Amino acid sequence: MNISRSVLLLAGMSLIFLGSLATPASAADDQFKHAEKLYDTYCAQCHGADRDGNGLNSTFISVQPRDHSDPKGMGDIPNDEIIEVIKKGGLAANKSVLMPAWGEIFSDEEVDQLAAYLRHICKCGSN
Amino acid sequence: MMKAYLLAAMVGAGFLASSLTASAADGSAILQSQCASCHALTQPENTSLDRLWERKGPDLYYAGVKFNKPWLVKWLQDPVRIRPAGEFYRKHIKKGDKGDVVDESTLTVHPKLAQADAEAAADALMALKGPEGLIETGKYDADKKPSPMAKMLFTKLRGCYACHSIGGGKGGLSGSSLETAGDRLQPDFIYSYIKDPQKIDKGIWMPKLKISEQDLQNLTGYIAQLKGKEGK
Ligand code: HEC
Ligand code: HEC
Ligand code: HEC
Repeated sequence: MNISRSVLLLAGMSLIFLGSLATPASAADDQFKHAEKLYDTYCAQCHGADRDGNGLNSTFISVQPRDHSDPKGMGDIPNDEIIEVIKKGGLAANKSVLMPAWGEIFSDEEVDQLAAYLRHICKCGSN
Repeated sequence: MMKAYLLAAMVGAGFLASSLTASAADGSAILQSQCASCHALTQPENTSLDRLWERKGPDLYYAGVKFNKPWLVKWLQDPVRIRPAGEFYRKHIKKGDKGDVVDESTLTVHPKLAQADAEAAADALMALKGPEGLIETGKYDADKKPSPMAKMLFTKLRGCYACHSIGGGKGGLSGSSLETAGDRLQPDFIYSYIKDPQKIDKGIWMPKLKISEQDLQNLTGYIAQLKGKEGK
């Protein structure tokens, strides 16, 4: 085997290696792409561009929107409750009416995607 | 000789055409040439979220069932901001001390029209009725006075205040200011929008809430009487 061939082989192998590194990451991004867009359209107005509860409207409301980046606070809320609250609003879980109901706008699939996305951004697994 | 006649005729025709457009402003022509770049004047086929993110101004293809004409004529000559965070809030916010704030530097002043053009454009806008059945007419009972509870519904019980200001520097910023909604909007539009915002403006970031008929009447009545100082 001459040198140029082994360089080529090496280059090829590292390409494959790079490729295998890149794929899972972008697949994860793709998985949350739609949920992220939904969040930025509908949730960020109160929960914040940084998902920290400090949205544009947050200074004007009497109950602070949940900090979605807080692993402890979000980790304590069971999945069922997250889904219920997104669909039916805060009142459904004895929380504030200031958290609106979105079930009339989103499909069940979109609500599930949003719930999974919330777990992703709080880095607090699933309950 | 022939040539001179032809020239004279051409100049005359050109003169006629230009004097015509100058005297009676053509509202539709104004809309097409000065407004269509930012506003949908016909119902868009694309109702995706991407379109919502990209549009530069609110849709006007149903302006005739939305606005009160006197308000239009006035506003087009002297536009004041209605959406505190512009058209699409998410593109006009930045980090503040306590959280997201409006990034004023990204907001632009709305184009202004001279009086004759504003009147012509308002006429043309009032002729845009949108698709049949877009709003419910005749459901709202204007004769009934809203109950004293109506304001409470808005500010506390139904959470409208979280997104809408009613003036005085209070109330949320991601929705339109309703401070002068009574001057601006037709009551049937207010009623229909609260009942089903998504039917009128698909994808809009106002939730569709379950609201009883009685509360709908009260909220509509309350909003319809919110008027600017001159209107009071
Ligand atoms: C109008 C403001 C507003 C908008 C818009 C909004 N929220 Fe909230 N949200 C709140 C408030 C306020 C709370 C806190 C309620 C409480 O603690 O009583 C909250 C709480 C929550 C909670 C925690 C509920 C619990 O059980 O403690 C979740 C999850 C949530 N919101 C998800 C979302 C999602 C997802 C969206 C977008 C689809 C969204 N919110 C949009 C205001 C808002
Ligand atoms: C550069 C983009 C742009 C152009 C050009 C433009 N508009 Fe607008 N228009 C906007 C934006 C953005 C708003 C929202 C302003 C606000 O909420 O304060 C708006 C709001 C309006 C409103 C109020 C709509 C509502 O739902 O409250 C009317 C009416 C209107 N424009 C008419 C016109 C007319 C007529 C023209 C042409 C003469 C025109 N606009 C040209 C961007 C534009
Ligand atoms: C999560 C934010 C949010 C909440 C909560 C909310 N709205 Fe809205 N509302 C909006 C947005 C956004 C619009 C669209 C404004 C526009 O045309 O750009 C809107 C539009 C409206 C309009 C039409 C006004 C216009 O300027 O065209 C009315 C009327 C209205 N809302 C009433 C209400 C009432 C009553 C409630 C409470 C039951 C409520 N809204 C709750 C965000 C909200």
